[in-house]
Amino acid sequence: MSDIKVEKLKTYIETPLIEIDSMKGVGPFKANKETQEELGFPGEKIDNWKEVAINKIADTVSKYRSVQVFLDICVKCGACTDKCHYYLGTSDPKNMPVARQDLFRSVYRRYFTFSGKYFPKLVGAKDLDDEMLDDWYNYFHQCSQCRRCSVFCPYGIDTAEISMAAREVMNSIGVGQKYSNQILGKVKKIGNNLGMPEPAFKDTLLDLEEEIEQETGVAIRIPIDKKDVEVLLVAPSADFFAEPHIDGFIGYAKVFHQSGVSWTLSSYASEAANFGMFIGSYEVMRQGALRIRKAAIDLGVSRVIVGECGHAWRVAYSFWNTLSGLGGGAGDEYALQLQKQLDKRYPQPQHIIEFTYDLIQQGKLVFDKSRNDHRVVTFHDSCNIARGSNMGDIENGQFILPREVIKAACSNFVDMPIETIKISTFCCGGGGGLLTDDLIELRVKGALPRMQALKQAEESDAVNTMAALCAICKSQFSKVLPYYEFDPYMVVSVHQLVGEAIILDKEPKSKN
Amino acid sequence: MSLISILFILLFYFSLLLFVVGLARKVAQYWRTPAPFKIPIAPAPQTLPKLYLRMLREIFLFESLFKANKWTWFFGWVFHFGLVLLFFRHLVYFWPGELPEILLHSSPLRFAAFPLMLGLLGLLGRRVIVDRVRYISSPSDYLMLILLIAIAFTGALMTFFHNHPNMLLVKNFAQGLITLNWSELPEEGIFLAHIFLVLVLVAIFPISKLLHAPGVFFSPTLNQLDNARKKRHISSWALEKEENENGQDLEKNN
Ligand code: SF4
Ligand code: SF4
Repeated sequence: MSDIKVEKLKTYIETPLIEIDSMKGVGPFKANKETQEELGFPGEKIDNWKEVAINKIADTVSKYRSVQVFLDICVKCGACTDKCHYYLGTSDPKNMPVARQDLFRSVYRRYFTFSGKYFPKLVGAKDLDDEMLDDWYNYFHQCSQCRRCSVFCPYGIDTAEISMAAREVMNSIGVGQKYSNQILGKVKKIGNNLGMPEPAFKDTLLDLEEEIEQETGVAIRIPIDKKDVEVLLVAPSADFFAEPHIDGFIGYAKVFHQSGVSWTLSSYASEAANFGMFIGSYEVMRQGALRIRKAAIDLGVSRVIVGECGHAWRVAYSFWNTLSGLGGGAGDEYALQLQKQLDKRYPQPQHIIEFTYDLIQQGKLVFDKSRNDHRVVTFHDSCNIARGSNMGDIENGQFILPREVIKAACSNFVDMPIETIKISTFCCGGGGGLLTDDLIELRVKGALPRMQALKQAEESDAVNTMAALCAICKSQFSKVLPYYEFDPYMVVSVHQLVGEAIILDKEPKSKN
Repeated sequence: MSLISILFILLFYFSLLLFVVGLARKVAQYWRTPAPFKIPIAPAPQTLPKLYLRMLREIFLFESLFKANKWTWFFGWVFHFGLVLLFFRHLVYFWPGELPEILLHSSPLRFAAFPLMLGLLGLLGRRVIVDRVRYISSPSDYLMLILLIAIAFTGALMTFFHNHPNMLLVKNFAQGLITLNWSELPEEGIFLAHIFLVLVLVAIFPISKLLHAPGVFFSPTLNQLDNARKKRHISSWALEKEENENGQDLEKNN
């Protein structure tokens, strides 16, 4: 733990001077042949990689308006340069969003624009050579695709779109990241990120049922593969076993118990996370979404609810309707097939926070807030929820609903400084497929701005608990908090707070 | 007609051609390229009026830039503000026939040269002084600012130091360009430099970062509604793929 140099926390966020190449390196571990081929990518770096990569770039800019437009219109105003947590934490100028894009842009210019073809030096166009590819691999894996930069760019240029495209190009030539691609292989084969097979999955949850009953004296069920229930819950698989996630999962179960709404998990689609987004692959992301579509159809549910996971909620909220027709308002037969089955009275898909919030609004959940009185709680807005989704279909609902749910369960809530939350929230430092030990230095440094904000809240309001709404954030914080001399257990699930304060009935309420 | 006049007339049409064709191609490309996903960036509007308001605020007030950096915003905004006013002022030359009332009173707009110049110098200063911005700047980024400064400088020199060519001659020349009834161009050096630099700017517009002007309208993070759950959004290529797959499924089932 100690070999990473961590700056002493200041109580404000300072923009560092650039330190060229301070994070230069070989990047995270590369995926092996088997892993790559599993996903349909070449097993290793192919011989004619340059040619294939350039064709892939051409293909990408013709399919993604975002990439095409963003590559063209950046004016190098510099407004985004101090907005990335990885730049603030590492001082490496290639972690400034515009400089990160420029790795891609310089190649695009070289091969696809008049000025870049004939006056490369003038416009900063560069050849795609080994050195450039190394920089791509290294620095496009120092972007958590958090989209903070996009909020501050006058043209909304979203570096996440570029880094997704870059990773897709690299995969197409056989250069993939071990961590993300291995996980995707597991989902493809087994159905969840952990590669936890069905029997183990069922056993774990059976044990959990027992534990909850022992602790609360109430028989709270965790149904699996139950047909013709109302709700299919799709949670990130970390919720089933990891700390502190699992206490949040218990919270969901308690809420379902109190609500009287029938629900189930699916052993076939036991994963909400969809790393297909991180590697920018439409096809891989779609396969993940189709698993959930299939589970919903097979189980005959009328609602799909997503657990506490950041990028999963962005994928569900923003992309499922596109990928698999899980949503509303389709004109095509394919999507309608599923949409007819879904209950139109509820948003589809729905977030567990929306579900809990609605129950609170209807007075169906009763809390004993005093059980959380030892806590002064603050809330970390996860980037994908904050900037790529909504909740409650009201403006800024993704900021309002989680806070209201927390406040319903806790008496002491304070926010961190305004420039570090909501639309301006800082990434935990581990998103976007970077939550791997081979990137630990980056993760620790990238957490700096959030840690500084937390420090401020600790000093001004004695905050001792940080609630999060994302499996990656929770794992990342548990790991990096000690580097900054915080208690790793201070990070909790929002539904852990709910679960601890909720007053349970012995018998599940019958549905009204 | 003098050689210089002929050269400038040719240059004018050539630049205009590059501008129109280049820009049309770019806009057509942006238009055609599908946006496969809903990716509006927060705070994303959920209704059309709010979406239009967002775009208007971005385009006229540079809202996001304001959030990001007050200095860049200030210099950027006063520069563009000056630019718009001066553009309007220059209609005096190109307006066919009688000037409308409003243009007759547009003379004070010439003072817009000052905010324009202030903005440009500020932006150049930032580019040189702030290490982060210096790092991301290519020669073309400096040259673009220098080109604009040179245009502003030659324009201001003529306007404020009484070596302006006869306005009527300029107007005749400009009118001639439009009506194809060409006339002689005044040959003061500064004036020629001013015109030349503007034509260069016009010509390189579609192959430079000036594309941000049309591009901002096509930015999917800014111009999309936040309604992904309510309405299915799918790109032409994805739909095609889906239909092919479904076709295959049906074949398999039969
Ligand atoms: S804020 Fe946008 S336009 Fe400005 S440098 Fe960054 S990406 Fe480019
Ligand atoms: S998306 Fe996030 S991590 Fe990536 S460059 Fe932008 S601010 Fe940095």
